[in-house]
Amino acid sequence: MTTEYTLPIVFGLAVGTITRLFMLRTDYRQYPTYLHGKIIHVALGFIAAGLGAVAGPSILEQEYTAVTFLTIAASQFREVRNMERNTLTELDNYELVTRGKTYIEGIAIAFESRNYLVIFTSLVSTIAYIIFNIWIGIIAAILTMFISHLLMSGGKLKDIVDIEYMEPRFDGAGLYVDNIYIMNIGLPERQKEVLRYGMGFILKPKTFNARSTIANLGQRQAVLHDVSTALGVYRDSGTPALVPLAKRDLDDGRIGIFVLPQERDIDRAIRVIGAVPTLENAIRMPTEKGGTKG
Amino acid sequence: MNLEKYILAVITTNRNKVPAGTGVFFCDSKQEMESVAGNLEAILDGIAHALSEDLYVIVKH
Repeated sequence: MTTEYTLPIVFGLAVGTITRLFMLRTDYRQYPTYLHGKIIHVALGFIAAGLGAVAGPSILEQEYTAVTFLTIAASQFREVRNMERNTLTELDNYELVTRGKTYIEGIAIAFESRNYLVIFTSLVSTIAYIIFNIWIGIIAAILTMFISHLLMSGGKLKDIVDIEYMEPRFDGAGLYVDNIYIMNIGLPERQKEVLRYGMGFILKPKTFNARSTIANLGQRQAVLHDVSTALGVYRDSGTPALVPLAKRDLDDGRIGIFVLPQERDIDRAIRVIGAVPTLENAIRMPTEKGGTKG
Repeated sequence: MNLEKYILAVITTNRNKVPAGTGVFFCDSKQEMESVAGNLEAILDGIAHALSEDLYVIVKH
């Protein structure tokens, strides 16, 4: 019952699914969730791999109309993005420190695009297998997996900012990190708590572009969320005074981060902040607008 | 109802500063003022901000 295409399609299917597994990492952010969240994405990755794998043979058989099912794939995976966005937005209301809409959108985009990378991987490796042989197919698979890996990992915050620890302090009722005003906390009791648990960090942009990127409120919320997830948060519902905040120095674009972690580990906190992804939707490149004056 | 940036209560030891249009709690000492502000902060889910030595406001953010 096997045809000349059976093995290449199975090969493409396997390669695609492996690529999706490879790109599916559950880390300290605990997303996607164990275990059901993962199953959903592996299953969708399998479907994507299937679509990519059969597209090659249908082109070679001159069944060009069959390629139109890729458009169905596109709308299917756009649905994945909606699903992720809706779920995360709903759950965000119950987070002690919210992810923020920009971060959610970034995650949703990543989930959609990774399925396209799977289609690409299995398409290329299936065609390579059919036209040449399995060895060229394997080389093509490794190469496209490598490209997928390059395309999937975006920039990290440490590439665009210098991170420095700074003890938060009070000036009257005003809480400051370095010279950046964070908020007004009136009660002496609360102030003591804040000084005991609070940590301050200064993010100093390395370039003019970085200055606009970290000014983005969504990007700042992502930093607060990631730090609070990795180091815990000294907070409960109904204690709005104990909220992590990020404020900006209007003069030079530095960002003052104020967090209340359960674990006061400065080096670890700096590493976590450095590993926060620069959100695609927050990146601004004002210097790319050339030729304009003032 | 969702309130944003709204003064929920004023706590003061200074009877000369009498704001209108909101709940005012007069206190006899700074200590009493801090304890009232602390309780109200917890009850109202707001933040106690100090405007001056003798004037606290609870604000919903």
